[in-house]
Amino acid sequence: MVIEEIQGDFMQQFIKQLAKDNDFKSTSLLSILRAIQTRYFHIPKEAIEQLAELLNIPRTQIQNVIAFYSFFHFEPRGKYDILISSSITDLMVGQEELINYFSEKLDVKIGEVRADSVVSLNNTSCTGMCDQSLAGLVNGYAITKLTKARIDEIVENVNKQLPLEKWSRDLFDVQDNIIKPDLLLNQKPTQGEAINATFARGLMETLNEVEKSGLRGRGGAGYTTAWKWKFCHEENADQRYIVCNADEGEPGTFKDRVLLNSYADSVFEGMTVAAAIIGATQGFIYLRGEYLHLYEKLEAILAARRNANLLGKNILQHGFDFDIEICLGAGAYICGEESALIESLEGKAGIPRNRPPYPVVSGYLNKPTSVNNVETFLAAANIAIHGGEWFANLGTAKSKGTKVLSISGDCAKVGIYEYAFGTTIQTILNDCGASDVLGVQVGGPSGTFISNDEFERKIAFEDLATGGSFIVFNNSRNILDIVHNFSHFFAHESCGFCTPCRVGTSLLKKQVDKIVEGHGSAGDIVALEELCQLIKNYSHCGLGQTAANPVLTTLERYPELYQSMLKKISYEPGFDLDKSLETARRMAHRDDAHAHLAQVED
Amino acid sequence: MSKTIVIDGKVIPFEDGQTIIQAATAAGVYIPHLCHNPKFTPNGSCKLCTVKVNGRNCSACTFPASEGQNITNISEELNDDREKITQMLFVEGNHFCPSCEKTGNCNLQAVAYHLGMTDNHFPHFFENREVDASHPDVMIDHNRCIFCTLCVRASQQEDGKNVFAISGRGIEKRLVVNSESGLLKDSDLDVNDCAAHICPTGAILIKRTGYNVPIGQRIFDHAHIDTVALAAEGASHDE
Repeated sequence: MVIEEIQGDFMQQFIKQLAKDNDFKSTSLLSILRAIQTRYFHIPKEAIEQLAELLNIPRTQIQNVIAFYSFFHFEPRGKYDILISSSITDLMVGQEELINYFSEKLDVKIGEVRADSVVSLNNTSCTGMCDQSLAGLVNGYAITKLTKARIDEIVENVNKQLPLEKWSRDLFDVQDNIIKPDLLLNQKPTQGEAINATFARGLMETLNEVEKSGLRGRGGAGYTTAWKWKFCHEENADQRYIVCNADEGEPGTFKDRVLLNSYADSVFEGMTVAAAIIGATQGFIYLRGEYLHLYEKLEAILAARRNANLLGKNILQHGFDFDIEICLGAGAYICGEESALIESLEGKAGIPRNRPPYPVVSGYLNKPTSVNNVETFLAAANIAIHGGEWFANLGTAKSKGTKVLSISGDCAKVGIYEYAFGTTIQTILNDCGASDVLGVQVGGPSGTFISNDEFERKIAFEDLATGGSFIVFNNSRNILDIVHNFSHFFAHESCGFCTPCRVGTSLLKKQVDKIVEGHGSAGDIVALEELCQLIKNYSHCGLGQTAANPVLTTLERYPELYQSMLKKISYEPGFDLDKSLETARRMAHRDDAHAHLAQVED
Repeated sequence: MSKTIVIDGKVIPFEDGQTIIQAATAAGVYIPHLCHNPKFTPNGSCKLCTVKVNGRNCSACTFPASEGQNITNISEELNDDREKITQMLFVEGNHFCPSCEKTGNCNLQAVAYHLGMTDNHFPHFFENREVDASHPDVMIDHNRCIFCTLCVRASQQEDGKNVFAISGRGIEKRLVVNSESGLLKDSDLDVNDCAAHICPTGAILIKRTGYNVPIGQRIFDHAHIDTVALAAEGASHDE
């Protein structure tokens, strides 16, 4: 009791200091909660109460944030909280067997905390390490290339309660794997080059160059970057914001991880150029929680840029002030959607806003805000130096320049490839050493699955638009396993705001399970497609509007595969009748023939 | 000349700043909805009010009316899909109209009738949801909550309090109460608060008033939801 009181006192002091360090701003809620979670392995109830008072926000806002983000917990996780990525590329390297091995060796069930509170284990959505699967996170830090041997090492570390700093660095090794650099990845501009070029040419003249370059958003949606900046600039406001979307959560993509690891200076320079053009003095980089391993490095780069007067007051004597703050996410795919990201920056659950107004009119704290992808800023910095034409010379009429792809799955050389827009899938497959290919998931689960009849199609906004995810599947793979994995992903990541997505993605998951598990009957494919259309056409944001794509794009190409899974009966119920009697059998201590029911009458 | 939009071929005037549903309601055109109430900031979550604006689906409760909009509100496709969205709400929670005190006064039930819903179509979730009967005068039956946020908004915008919130992600979303214990009795909700009376389903009920109005004499026993909504919401527009 006494010890608890002392601990309670310590916690109170700790939280008070945290709130103070964050100027008692509710916009810092995620970062405050992250610190509490790290220290206490959960967010204690008393902490919620204290924070509500200190930040002057309702306790329900804090509760909602904890419940919303995967990396916050009401109940304590283990001192070592281990999460294993469960995306399709992980499953392809034997994720299931390895996590079970992990679970057995650690003596903890998946999803649970070990009795001694030392360790907890669970699955998590794609961690952006598909080029070094099997990957995971230990207390938020990326661990890669997990094998049984590496798992043994981790188990030993955990059981010895060895501090993370003392674990072999090799476990945390993250490779860039840049295989094919092109226009952008070959540039190594000097610090300040893009900023100086921008001011030398003139701000509006540089905006014209960005427009001439034809640069479109690299997150996948492809909105013309120059227009976004122009609208943001033209809004009448006393403050504007520039935000770098580094929440790359689309399963299969990891290019922003590499860009931030090796091209961060250029990305920050792109943000600075954009800020000068639109008239922003504050920028944010919203870094997905899974990339915690990059945080310190990025902070150091920002500090170095401040020292070099590339950030801060009167940047390079151009009479322009600007600074960048890093905000970490906490495990929510939806925060890649720009208005959800803004909500998250404001210290709230990531629920996409109603539009209009668009963020360029009313974004962060209701001020004009331009949210752009990491790769967009990288491209913009180089366009500021070399001009629009340099960029527009490559690509197609509607898709200018190059696209950085994250290639994973069944190919010899997984990693980062940069291609001019208009490159065919076949060319890419040849380059990455893929053979006996069944199909490719272009643009991640929210994109398109293309079959091996379509490899002459091109990477371009007008053909196969992509944020960068490119997953190759060979003929040993089962398409329905892929669809099953993606359907579960979307149901898990739906924010739940609107009915069609909240209920629909869960219904879709169940319907896919039913068919994959062989319980589907004649009407189930029609029901599946009808449900897909409903989710696609009525959902509030891009997540819901694309959540049915895995089913729709494969159903269109492989209808016979779905049909082959169906039972040859006219109707089968959606639930397992016999299984639902299990509790009754257990209670009645019966297991005779009469205690079982056939699913369908003979 | 006032500005106009066209809904199902009918020319309807609107003022700048009005949403499609506001212009429609003022002109006596009913667009099915559940989370919308003209008194409060629109939310746009239930998606029942989806209309086709120049061929594109938009939520009528949040989308601003503007010149040149050709809007489809009534079509077989929209009606079928709105019915399915309503069915989603039914299977997600646990709604048993015959044994629910709200029957006949329930917007969810009335909208379902309006859309011709005769079954639940989708498999039920059968989620375990709780009842909070701790408050002396008001109870929450979470089985019937559809996350429309009307109680949340009413408490903030009408009562000047902050009693309710929606918490959690995806299908795990739940209505939560702003009190240290999480129980309604420890919140500052008063039985006379607007938030206690605004629920469009039977999720928030006033105690000891059950069946004061007998079945057969309830709002939707004698009138359809379109007439009821237009009368109530058209009036509150004029205020």
